[in-house]
Amino acid sequence: MKIGVLALQGDFREHLKAVHDCGEEGIEIRRTTELDDCDALIIPGGESTAIALLARTYDLFAPIQKRISDGMPTYGSCAGMILLADRVIDGAPGQETFGGMDMTVRRNAFGRQVDSFEATLSFASNSLNAVFIRAPWVEEIGQGVEVISSVTSASGVTHPVAVRQKHLLATSFHPELTHDLAVHRYFIDEVCK
Amino acid sequence: MSQETGTARVKRGMAEMLKGGVIMDVVNAEQAKIAEDAGAVAVMALERVPADIRAQGGVARMSDPDMIEKIQATVSIPVMAKVRIGHFVEAQILESLNVDYIDESEVLTPADYINHVDKWKFKIPFVCGATNLGEALRRINEGAAMIRSKGEAGTGDVSNAVSHMRTIGGEIRRLTSMREDELYVAAKEMQAPYALVKEVAETGKLPVVLFTAGGIATPADAALMMQMGADGVFIGSGIFKSGNPAQRAAACVKATTFYQDAKVLAEVSRGLGDAMVGINVADIPVPHRLAERGW
Repeated sequence: MKIGVLALQGDFREHLKAVHDCGEEGIEIRRTTELDDCDALIIPGGESTAIALLARTYDLFAPIQKRISDGMPTYGSCAGMILLADRVIDGAPGQETFGGMDMTVRRNAFGRQVDSFEATLSFASNSLNAVFIRAPWVEEIGQGVEVISSVTSASGVTHPVAVRQKHLLATSFHPELTHDLAVHRYFIDEVCK
Repeated sequence: MSQETGTARVKRGMAEMLKGGVIMDVVNAEQAKIAEDAGAVAVMALERVPADIRAQGGVARMSDPDMIEKIQATVSIPVMAKVRIGHFVEAQILESLNVDYIDESEVLTPADYINHVDKWKFKIPFVCGATNLGEALRRINEGAAMIRSKGEAGTGDVSNAVSHMRTIGGEIRRLTSMREDELYVAAKEMQAPYALVKEVAETGKLPVVLFTAGGIATPADAALMMQMGADGVFIGSGIFKSGNPAQRAAACVKATTFYQDAKVLAEVSRGLGDAMVGINVADIPVPHRLAERGW
């Protein structure tokens, strides 16, 4: 299986390393030809506005949407979660997403950088150290979306931070910034298979 | 479930998210909006861009909190701001404003000619400039979570950015080829902590993200610095001192992503209008070079 990592902006090298550490082949995606060549996709952390703009400019936007709706397994972390959401709150005016997951995501939901945090989280029977950076959370989910992990915010409200809808997986946090491969393994073993 | 803020991982991780992107200097909310629309990954809020600081002279200080808050209210991307070297109270003020990153910057007039800010004391991450590896490691030792090569700000002359990136890269490569028992003297010579020198020798890279800055004025400049190993690019005066800021900003963003694709670089370099006029670094007397600031 060949896993593409969208390499327009953000920490795509860290995702590629995690893919390699899981024993899978990973390639950088900047062009439609490269997209055609891969079986699954990871959308990395970064700035969702910049990634969407570059995807639009270089004609990757519609092809990625098509592959997602055709069933290509796709995982998005942080900015990637925003880009997989059908609806975004607190986005930039006119901000576009690839969509695919029937959910509403709130951008920068936990606050600015001063509120970025690490927490121990349970994820599909794993306990992992999750890194949240100006992270989004899931505000609302449609029927087909399964919640894998949640976090209780400072105001005492619990929000999903890892969700799955069939072939699509999204996390608010950045497993690629730790050495823990649990999320990438889950994507490869459970979502891609 | 315990949540821990302000950790080294969270501070350094923030910079990881900016990689492959362009951080643009802006002096008001309108410019910040242009930068965001062009695909900037963050903006640096400051009162005067380096070219104007250079032209107008005088003491350059932290920006007005009103101006920073207006920019924060206008854009959804991270907002950074600068403090003078060693001015930890300006840093406390910026922290209270919740800026996303603090740049302890040689572009402003230094407040302390001996010490830098103790950056471990802050929850907000810091980026600092460096001209060589020793300087970068001293800043990291003080708590910097991101480094940028200094270049020579406000000139539009990329030559110092190039030489600083080459120096940092070259010194890292030199460390990786050394015997372990030679690292002690290497640490002494570069005036950097031994533990960090050893870490760089083992990993072959800085423990934090390395951006580039100072004199980048064209898409080709941005791509040059990326090919030289920068993780991303700061553009100061180069955008809003040029003839068509919106177009140039978007071109530099594209060039930073497709830095290895000469066809894209040619395409985005077309019809950009006037670049900033610029000053040759060689024409600036050494005491007036901003890169000399930092100890």
